[in-house]
Amino acid sequence: MQLTAKDVQTWFATFTDKIRENKEYLSDLDTPIGDGDHGNNMARGVNAYEESFEQKQPETISDIFQVFSMAMISKVGGASGPLYGSALMNMVKETKGLETIDSYEQLGNVVEQGLAGIKKRGKTEFEDKTMVDVWEPVAQTLKEGSLNKEQIAQAKEHTKDLIAKKGRASYLGERSKGHIDPGAASSALLFDALVEVVA
Amino acid sequence: MKKIINQTDDIIEEMLRGLSASYPGLVHRIEDSRVIAKNENKKQVALVSGGGSGHEPSHAGFVGDGMLSAAVAGDVFTSPTPDQIQIAMQEADQGEGVLLIVKNYTGDNLNFEMAQEMAEMDDIQSKIVVVDDDIAVEDSEFTAGKRGVAGTVLVHKILGNAARSGASLDELKQLGDDVVKKIKTIGLALHAATVPEVGKPGFELAEDEIEYGVGIHGEAGYRREKLQPSKDLAKELVSKILSDYDKQPQKMGVLVNGMGGTPLMEQFIFMNDVLNLLKEQNIEVTFHKVGNYMTSLDMEGVSLTLIDLDDETIKEALESEVITISW
Repeated sequence: MQLTAKDVQTWFATFTDKIRENKEYLSDLDTPIGDGDHGNNMARGVNAYEESFEQKQPETISDIFQVFSMAMISKVGGASGPLYGSALMNMVKETKGLETIDSYEQLGNVVEQGLAGIKKRGKTEFEDKTMVDVWEPVAQTLKEGSLNKEQIAQAKEHTKDLIAKKGRASYLGERSKGHIDPGAASSALLFDALVEVVA
Repeated sequence: MKKIINQTDDIIEEMLRGLSASYPGLVHRIEDSRVIAKNENKKQVALVSGGGSGHEPSHAGFVGDGMLSAAVAGDVFTSPTPDQIQIAMQEADQGEGVLLIVKNYTGDNLNFEMAQEMAEMDDIQSKIVVVDDDIAVEDSEFTAGKRGVAGTVLVHKILGNAARSGASLDELKQLGDDVVKKIKTIGLALHAATVPEVGKPGFELAEDEIEYGVGIHGEAGYRREKLQPSKDLAKELVSKILSDYDKQPQKMGVLVNGMGGTPLMEQFIFMNDVLNLLKEQNIEVTFHKVGNYMTSLDMEGVSLTLIDLDDETIKEALESEVITISW
């Protein structure tokens, strides 16, 4: 496999479409365990990314990540803004000077750096019922040389029966069980979009 | 959903325009931003707070002499972003540093921490006081700590007074952390809030049901039951708060806070019941406040905040004169 700057651009454009299509779904997931606005917040972020991309026309992988990162940080707010923003900021650093990403392993490393950003900013671990629960298995699977939508869906579904330890859902304790984490769901869309680009 | 709005996308912008245009003598808006700052900036440690919109008059209503230097508005129920907080810090800083007052929600913590890192690059010194006064969900071993709710307004007032009197950044941080421990809040809802962009209430309560322990974004609470008379509601909240103090204070302050959709008539009735209960406990109430301070859009309900006032200086800070829109 190989990922060019153009592919990364397509990846985020596909993600933008998916967020728009799933805006209500994401907010509905957020209603029982959060405050029901994850879809709206993410939509604000991808809209800002699209606008900013048009203006700046970034050409390298790293610069595209940079534009995406700033859009998430400055427009999304809540917890998702700084978490996605921190992830992408790390991915900017990891891809500095890269023309292309040339292997699953390399892509896995990039995602793993993003994951490290989320964990550090959010002080979260695997199975806290957050987006980490999707990012971590995705990074792992990529490093092992593949990624498909079933694996992503499985990681997302796995958050359903966990008890939330971070974020607003954590105030519900046991009652957070039975609901998919909205951040894990939006992250699943991000990696679904990646699978479509890589395939 | 019935709301007096135009486009949901324009809510914050239009609210901030309306607010700054209504009080030109007190505050101004930093152009192209979501920051409301006070007109006269004296040389003192600057106090900056903020949070999601929908909690009006928090936080812009408390900008002014003796309280906040600047407030940052986020989207509805969504923390402001780091770049906006940074603008507020740049505007407010008088070279003495900036104290950030943050309600304990994950999003607020993350965005204010990021802003702090960004302001460091501007050579602005800052510290954060995290307010976590909501005792409703404290006992769950899974929670990310307690939430920050209406008690935050009292923190603004007490620290605002200290900052105006010349306290240093370190002293304010220390005072803030001490004061937060003295403040406890718990709320209840009769009806959840409707976020305009979402268009439906955050949770459903039957006509005759209430929920104890809700947060200010309509997050669920700890128990749902049939609506009781005001004095029974007061009893639940007062006893829950008092039992949370290690040592019951002799003197206390009371803030009965409306959530946005509750008439003052009901708030005063509730206050009357609270005061009766405290009297039965031989607690002298030396400070009172009733009204809408930390609202939750159109949520019907109230929160009760008690503050330990055995220390007289805190009472004096609460009573000091300020010039703001809403104190």
